[in-house]
Amino acid sequence: MTDNNSKISRNKKMTQNIAFWSFRILSITVVGILFWILGFILVNGAKVISWDFLTQAPTDGMTGGGIFPAIVGTLCLMLGSVIIAFPIGVMSGIYISEYASNNCLVKVIRIMTNNLSSVPSIVFGLFGMALFVNTLGFGDSIIAGSFTLALLVLPIVIRTTEEAMKSIHDSFRVGSLALGATKLQTIWKVLLPMAFPNIITGLILSVGRVSGETAPILFTCAAYFLPKLPTSIFDQVMALPYHLYVIATSGTDIEAARPMAYGTALVLIGIVLIINLIANGLRRYFGNKVKTS
Amino acid sequence: MEKILMLSGFITSFTIILIVIFLFREGAELFNSSNVEEGYVLAINNNNPVNKINPEKIMDIFDAEITNWNEVGGVNADIRVFRFSDITKYSTPEELGSNFENIPEVLSNIVSAHPDIIAYFPEHYVAEDFKGKILANGKISPASFFGCTKWYPTAQPSPQFGVLPLFLGTLWVSIAAILIALPFGMAVAIYLAELAGSRLRKILKPIIELLAGIPSVVYGFFGLVVIVPLIQKVFGLPVGGTALAGAIILAIMALPTIITVAEDAIRTTPRAMKESSLALGATHWQTIRKVILPYSVSGIMAAVVLGIGRAIGETMAVLMVTGNAAVMPKSLVEPIRTIPATIAAELGEAPSGGAHYQALFMLGCILFLLTLIISISVEFIAKQKHKQTI
Repeated sequence: MTDNNSKISRNKKMTQNIAFWSFRILSITVVGILFWILGFILVNGAKVISWDFLTQAPTDGMTGGGIFPAIVGTLCLMLGSVIIAFPIGVMSGIYISEYASNNCLVKVIRIMTNNLSSVPSIVFGLFGMALFVNTLGFGDSIIAGSFTLALLVLPIVIRTTEEAMKSIHDSFRVGSLALGATKLQTIWKVLLPMAFPNIITGLILSVGRVSGETAPILFTCAAYFLPKLPTSIFDQVMALPYHLYVIATSGTDIEAARPMAYGTALVLIGIVLIINLIANGLRRYFGNKVKTS
Repeated sequence: MEKILMLSGFITSFTIILIVIFLFREGAELFNSSNVEEGYVLAINNNNPVNKINPEKIMDIFDAEITNWNEVGGVNADIRVFRFSDITKYSTPEELGSNFENIPEVLSNIVSAHPDIIAYFPEHYVAEDFKGKILANGKISPASFFGCTKWYPTAQPSPQFGVLPLFLGTLWVSIAAILIALPFGMAVAIYLAELAGSRLRKILKPIIELLAGIPSVVYGFFGLVVIVPLIQKVFGLPVGGTALAGAIILAIMALPTIITVAEDAIRTTPRAMKESSLALGATHWQTIRKVILPYSVSGIMAAVVLGIGRAIGETMAVLMVTGNAAVMPKSLVEPIRTIPATIAAELGEAPSGGAHYQALFMLGCILFLLTLIISISVEFIAKQKHKQTI
């Protein structure tokens, strides 16, 4: 009897061990895949990265030179889309969390925001082309691309703002109102400063998203090859992700352009990595500060 | 000030509505456009009993797949295909005139002289007393758009917009991707929620976030230079750009979504349930399998559906690795093409306002509706869960 019991429990232990070890192995595989991708790009890209690569325009049909115009273009798009998305997103996040009581309208807004975040990026590209490029007549330009990308990251900004505002304890609101401050003053002087770190983190993450998106800029602003830098917001620009796509799949000599592609991919990943690190660092820094205060 | 806040609150709703309006406005025009290339006509001899040929057959005729009139309801005679550029074979330069002013007359004569001819030429060359029958141009019908299995948007004279192969291709890769990603995603989610210590979790979480942050074009590039050649070698294929390559890359890209959502679902299991199971003598694994997983099944379902949604909308990575052949998917090791990849690849070349351009917007509408349905069903699944717990 006891013998039988111990056999059952040994069997149970065995299956548990098998299951848990397979989880561990699969988890290690996932981490391994990430490091494989990163390592592969890093090893191949590091050979190409140099000062010249970062500061020169492409030459010899994309097989030589650097990616400077693409870096500048991507920075322009990041800046442009943030300038557009940030005020609108933050204001609408504040509205949802502070003003709108749980009525039908808020539900509609929330559902729409959710849906907007699930719309594929290529659909934003189509929409941007139809509205900004054709109907409003911006043409292929930084401003058309920025608007399109801004719509793409708008749900992220709205959601982080809403969550940041919601995480503030109600006693701050009540306290401020009890001292005679208006609702706007409360939001402006009390709630926004407290929510600021979280909002900034969301903003930085959305900037990271903008830097890597290709599909929305395909038809709204990206140029195949443009050695000069943009001079106005109605200029076309090169952009890093589009540049990588172009030199990896088309061009006069794909094999010869491979090193350039590795370099571009590394720069792109570098931007994403740095942005992630900054966001995590800020989160930790402000997190500690709030705790100690 | 309050008004401004309210206005910006509605901006996402405006955007969605604008997207719907613009996409459908451009896309719906498709069903108003002629199924023969704009500005061209098809003409046959007056004695030919045929009055109408459906667009698919027209393409087959010009591709020499159909060579006899009896296949399209005519008499038993070989079809003579006449393209406008063939005009020099049927006439001398003198007949055409020094300024080509006689072209309409020559065309009219050619059509009336050959009872077996089908001629394809620009509309403005139709003579006033044209001695032949101009085939009535039909419109592109929704039935042919959704039911036809051929996607040849640049075929002349009759482009084929059959969305079926693209639609099935999209589902094919996305579902394959989720099937690949699911075991990995679930393992990591269970590991993170139940097994890993808090220190390990603090390391793993940012790594998974990073996986989500890598731009899709970088995944596509990685797939192009690593996965595609690998598949080509392993399966001994002529080309490595296949549905399988797309599925693998999409699986990697869907992992963060699946892991995060599934882990959250697993974590919501009430502590009391877990502890009662353990107190009854069940092992940790038995508790996970019999208590935690059944409890969090709706959350895991939501994770799967969300993952499929991501995979369906993914553009660049798929465009770069799937080989881009618009055919009905038959196996995983053949090239296929998805809806987003088609839009990305072809919109640049499609003349603005043409049928091809409108067809691509229609594809955008389909994609939009597809993801809308998915995000609504995720919300629905999440609601089911609340009912369960109450």
